[in-house]
Amino acid sequence: MILSVLSSPTFVSGLMVARAKKQVHSILFPILVFHDTSGLHLLLGLDFSAMIFLIVYIGAIAISFQFIIMMFHIQIAEIHEDVLGYLPVSGIIGLIFWWEMFFILDNETIPLLPTQRNTTSLRYTFYAIKVRSWTNLETLGHLLYTYYSVWFLVPSLISLVSIIRAIVLTMHRTTHGAVKRQDVFQRNAISFRRTIMRRPTDPIMR
Amino acid sequence: MMLEHILVLSAYLFSIGIYGLITSRNMVRALMCLELILNAVNINFLKGNIFSIFVIAIAAAEASIGSAIVSSIYRNRKSTRINQSTLLNK
Repeated sequence: MILSVLSSPTFVSGLMVARAKKQVHSILFPILVFHDTSGLHLLLGLDFSAMIFLIVYIGAIAISFQFIIMMFHIQIAEIHEDVLGYLPVSGIIGLIFWWEMFFILDNETIPLLPTQRNTTSLRYTFYAIKVRSWTNLETLGHLLYTYYSVWFLVPSLISLVSIIRAIVLTMHRTTHGAVKRQDVFQRNAISFRRTIMRRPTDPIMR
Repeated sequence: MMLEHILVLSAYLFSIGIYGLITSRNMVRALMCLELILNAVNINFLKGNIFSIFVIAIAAAEASIGSAIVSSIYRNRKSTRINQSTLLNK
């Protein structure tokens, strides 16, 4: 029941992401999708991933998109006047895409169609939990830092590249004379005897 | 029962994201649909893999770079339509 409560806003909001007319709504609907996705993570028992979703996706990505929309007054509303003309061909291609996706899913391991359900539904019984129960964070750390440490280092390099790129892309505009800079040689050529003088009311003088 | 529901949800979000990405005439909406696609893939990767952490890292990096590119394009051309760069079309 909780699953349907969490996934039904996802169904609606996913559609509204592509179709929102106002500016603010087009960022609020992905935030709703990310909320529900984080709740789905909680249902699967991955608490760390749920919190990481909340922090990174909503707190960083959606906020940055919100700032982009807010600062630049981007008009998101667009007119879909000639979409229906493409519907026959694009509908066939979309249906082929969906058919291929469901063609791959093996109906024995992942039962999607309601064929005869004599067997019980999928139950993954992890016996390792009963021996010694690890938290989600512990398992992640146990794998990420030892076996997959190179995998762990590569996203750090990717984050470094993204930081440098974001700075370079947004710095290019403001260095055309709008930023006050200091000339180093001019600063060094100033002698202090000509620029600094003592006031008569200085306590050092008397 | 839950696992295949989540997979169906991930497939649905993926297709909605592709639909929004293709039919959006605005760059910011395309970026947000791209985030939706990455979110759907992230749901799909939860079946015991640890790969979803890396997908989150890639999504964050790509979102920042995409926003920087969109903002500099908007500063230069004052509009965010996707089909405005048609100088090579002749």
